[in-house]
Amino acid sequence: MNNPREETKYVPQPATNLIPERELGKQLILEAHNLGIDFGGLTAVEGFDLSVSPTEIIGLIGPNGAGKTTVFNLLSKVYQPTRGTILMNGRDTMGMSTAQMNRAGVARTFQNIRLFNNLTVEDNIKLGLHNHIKYGMLSGILRLPNYWKQEKEAKERVTELLSIFSMTHMAPFRAGALPYGAQRRLEIIRALATGPKVLLLDEPAAGMNPSETSELMENIVKVRDTFQIAVVLIEHDMNLVMGICEGICVLNFGKIIAKGTPSEIQNNPVVIEAYLGRQKEDGQNAES
Amino acid sequence: MSFLSHLISGISLGSIYAIIALGYTMVYGIAKMLNFAHGDVIMVGAYACFFMVSRYEIPAVVGVLSAVVICTLLGIIIERLAYKPLRSATSLAVLITAIGISYFLQNAAQLLWTSNPKVFNSLMGDGSVKLFDGRLSISVTAIVTIVVCVIIMLALTWFTGRTKMGKAMRACSEDKGAAQLMGINVNFTISMTFAIGSALAAIAGVLLCSAYPILTPTTGSMPGIKAFTAAVFGGIGSIPGALLGGVLLGIIEIFGKAYISTQLSDAIVFVVLIVVLLVKPTGLLGKQVQEKV
Repeated sequence: MNNPREETKYVPQPATNLIPERELGKQLILEAHNLGIDFGGLTAVEGFDLSVSPTEIIGLIGPNGAGKTTVFNLLSKVYQPTRGTILMNGRDTMGMSTAQMNRAGVARTFQNIRLFNNLTVEDNIKLGLHNHIKYGMLSGILRLPNYWKQEKEAKERVTELLSIFSMTHMAPFRAGALPYGAQRRLEIIRALATGPKVLLLDEPAAGMNPSETSELMENIVKVRDTFQIAVVLIEHDMNLVMGICEGICVLNFGKIIAKGTPSEIQNNPVVIEAYLGRQKEDGQNAES
Repeated sequence: MSFLSHLISGISLGSIYAIIALGYTMVYGIAKMLNFAHGDVIMVGAYACFFMVSRYEIPAVVGVLSAVVICTLLGIIIERLAYKPLRSATSLAVLITAIGISYFLQNAAQLLWTSNPKVFNSLMGDGSVKLFDGRLSISVTAIVTIVVCVIIMLALTWFTGRTKMGKAMRACSEDKGAAQLMGINVNFTISMTFAIGSALAAIAGVLLCSAYPILTPTTGSMPGIKAFTAAVFGGIGSIPGALLGGVLLGIIEIFGKAYISTQLSDAIVFVVLIVVLLVKPTGLLGKQVQEKV
């Protein structure tokens, strides 16, 4: 076939839930089937399968360069996959743009924070609300009643979102002037403002100290419970991953090498090998 | 008194430059490209208004509004056909395309409307306001131009600062990728920027030809280049910068003409630009941009 995309028509497959013993319901919110992407001749991700149920917290781990962020870029349609299907709420997302994927319910944060630094905290969140504020350009310029009503509602929503992370007092500040931890939290709030069903967090705890990390863990669970959304996170902090994730997926060299619950992953020899290296024949660790 | 009168005509000319410069600066801010066809959109707007009002004797207000509509559509079409396919191309390719569009518009105008100059009758009439016992007379055209410029500035500041489309534009100018992930349609936002810039160009065209009533297919090119200079002068990408740059440029040009030399006035304008850029390379109100690697 000439067009590789045509091969990727969705064929219903039995979903492979990460935690079979838990009753997760029939409906999956986000599914990836046999996802892959090539950059030129280089295969960055190959045969990636993932099933995310509503309100599930999933961890995506793996050594540096394993393709974790690439998977996020595929799931948020920053890259169009070379192979495979992504289903959102059971619907094929083929050909969707990044913005459309966001409207379909996938929001994300970035490994290196990408806030709109010159805009205020409030405006950053209002940009997240972009598709939920409904007034035309004309009523915006002419300041018709609908404009005031919608902007007032948006403002209330901003305050509500900020209060989750107790950041209400920061609303008028310039986003670029916030301290690092607050910027990370703001990025999560901004993603939440888009009204996602799945939140992708790319290294949310990067650069945080242990007490900030444990606060973040509580907040992630709180966000999940309040908004009833699924969370997929990339993280190197194993305390965080093992602490809050219900399912873990381990990537190495662009392929899934293990899937399971935190305890299964911790004892999986393949995972240990990927992280620590192979043990020598005589049983001694290669590092020692 | 002559000083005051020169100052006012300088501000009036500068207001026109400022309105044109807004088109350059907004498009640059968001699409990171120099739309050199912008000056020729002004010319199309002026012709549209000229034919509506002088030939078909449609009321002036309707004439201006239809010129605005025509230019808005023209701007969107140019963006869609010429610039959108080059979104990921090098900036040089886009620049050359813009110059090509500029020549295309000029030659199309020559073909359609011939190169014979048309005399544009000022829509504001040729009345003037006399002050200080008639020693200072300000033309109505100049007053209208300055007022229109102030209104446009206030409306645009409000628009970019307070409305969701305006904020989407600022977000796109800062980080297109992140804006897309907020569900913002970047292509639509860029189209809207071109639409606004072109609508302003139509207004600028009408004002320009009301003040300087000779209309030819190349009418737009010199004011276009000067307005681009004004945008760079004030700091390209900055809306208040466009106003400041435009007005200063207008005043320098008129004072240069009045007190130094009529022939050298354009040269003086560009010398001032060079000096400003030597001292402050990002323009008067431009921000220091640090490219992240």
